[in-house]
Amino acid sequence: MRYAMAVDTKKCVGCSDCVVACQTENDVPIGYCRDWIVEKTTGTYPELQLEIRSERCNHCANAPCVRTCPTEASHYGPGGVVLVEHSECIGCKACITSCPYDARFVHPEGYVDKCTFCIHRVEKGQNPACVSVCPTHAMIFGDLDDPNSDISRAMATRKWKSLIPEAGTKPKVFYLL
Amino acid sequence: MIEEIITSGRMNPEIDPVLHAWGWEIPLYLFLGGISAGILIFSAYFTLRGRQDELPTAVKWLPLTVPVLIGVGLLALLMDLSHVLYAWQLFTNIRWESPMSWGAWTLFIITPLSIAWLAIWLEDIFPKWDWKFDEVKTVINWLKDQKRIMAQILILLSVILGMYTGILLSAFNARPFWNTSILGPLFLTSGLSASAALIVFFSKSEVEKRLFTRIDIILIGMELFMIIHLFMGHLAGTQVHIQAAQMFLGGPYTVYFWIFVVGLGLVLPVILELLELKHKFIPAIVPVFLIVAGNLMLRFIVVNAGQASRWLY
Repeated sequence: MRYAMAVDTKKCVGCSDCVVACQTENDVPIGYCRDWIVEKTTGTYPELQLEIRSERCNHCANAPCVRTCPTEASHYGPGGVVLVEHSECIGCKACITSCPYDARFVHPEGYVDKCTFCIHRVEKGQNPACVSVCPTHAMIFGDLDDPNSDISRAMATRKWKSLIPEAGTKPKVFYLL
Repeated sequence: MIEEIITSGRMNPEIDPVLHAWGWEIPLYLFLGGISAGILIFSAYFTLRGRQDELPTAVKWLPLTVPVLIGVGLLALLMDLSHVLYAWQLFTNIRWESPMSWGAWTLFIITPLSIAWLAIWLEDIFPKWDWKFDEVKTVINWLKDQKRIMAQILILLSVILGMYTGILLSAFNARPFWNTSILGPLFLTSGLSASAALIVFFSKSEVEKRLFTRIDIILIGMELFMIIHLFMGHLAGTQVHIQAAQMFLGGPYTVYFWIFVVGLGLVLPVILELLELKHKFIPAIVPVFLIVAGNLMLRFIVVNAGQASRWLY
């Protein structure tokens, strides 16, 4: 099992519904967020191109946060999802500085927090909160090891990219182009 | 034009707009760790060479400060931890891939060892001290018999401690400015240089002063060489590394780094030390202050600049 997510940049309108859904579902403290929207504009007016991406922890297969954690609090959970065990986290912030995506933050209670791919929902057979609310169905969540899953089909039939693959992290959030 | 902005208003504290997860605590700790490592290396090395009576400041006196320096450093480190009540979790694991982990273990061994090391010299420093309990004397005498092996272990662990203060940062490829393996040797050398300067300042013996002034000049020369290498490496690297180097070559850190760290912290003191060797009178406090302040500033600038360098956006 290899859980992954694909965001269709042709469908995403940047409404931030995924951000709000995540904050509600995961009780994210006010002023923090585990996912966010990036708008990338390229070109010169009037020839402009816009790419909208819903971003979050990339649940990297070669995660620098897991590597630099001194206590094994950052670890690979079910399906390769990168998780933080709160009671093992000492708050040294090595994982925060080692994440090229700036996906982590210190929770007001002291431990380090980030996107969990809503593993508590996924284990019940549901989609992560952000995926389930997307009004344009721009997000696909699933198992890369299953060749018939929606995400495997999308990756096989569409052009895609991941963010800074050159950082060597093997990210598992993909952007359909 | 390429413009990449976060439109959902992400403003996570300490992450946005520029990463600032590590404040003053970490650079202060790296500085104190580096100086402690330097003092212990000199003390242990010259003990092994049998020069303890010729070089009393380096071998016997300065190690007295090490437990205090490490203690203050550890306190700063603990203050940085946001989930500090779980700090004991550091010692339920050994994770070889995490420099933070083997740094914690090194400190775990080197702190008591540095106290045992200074105990060896207490009788030499305070000959009239009344020990009251015979057991203390027995323990100290036993420690004295282990002097050689202790010195060897101390050198090994202190080199690890001095290097790790830099390797800790270079292990993060997410921060291009830190992502160079020369930070380890650079921080080790600069820690050695600061402790050599302190020895020159506190020493009362002319032989010792001259020896450590010479050592310091060589160390500062090596440091300058490594700083040039640091930038050569970055400029020959990928776009993000070039951008990281440019923060120091025209960017926001240019003045602080080249004037304060390199100019006032390395070049000027090395000139003063050369004049001192030529028997010109230089007030002893001037070069030592410049070197130690430059040392501290180097850590602050490197820790800050690393967090400001990035891949995305």
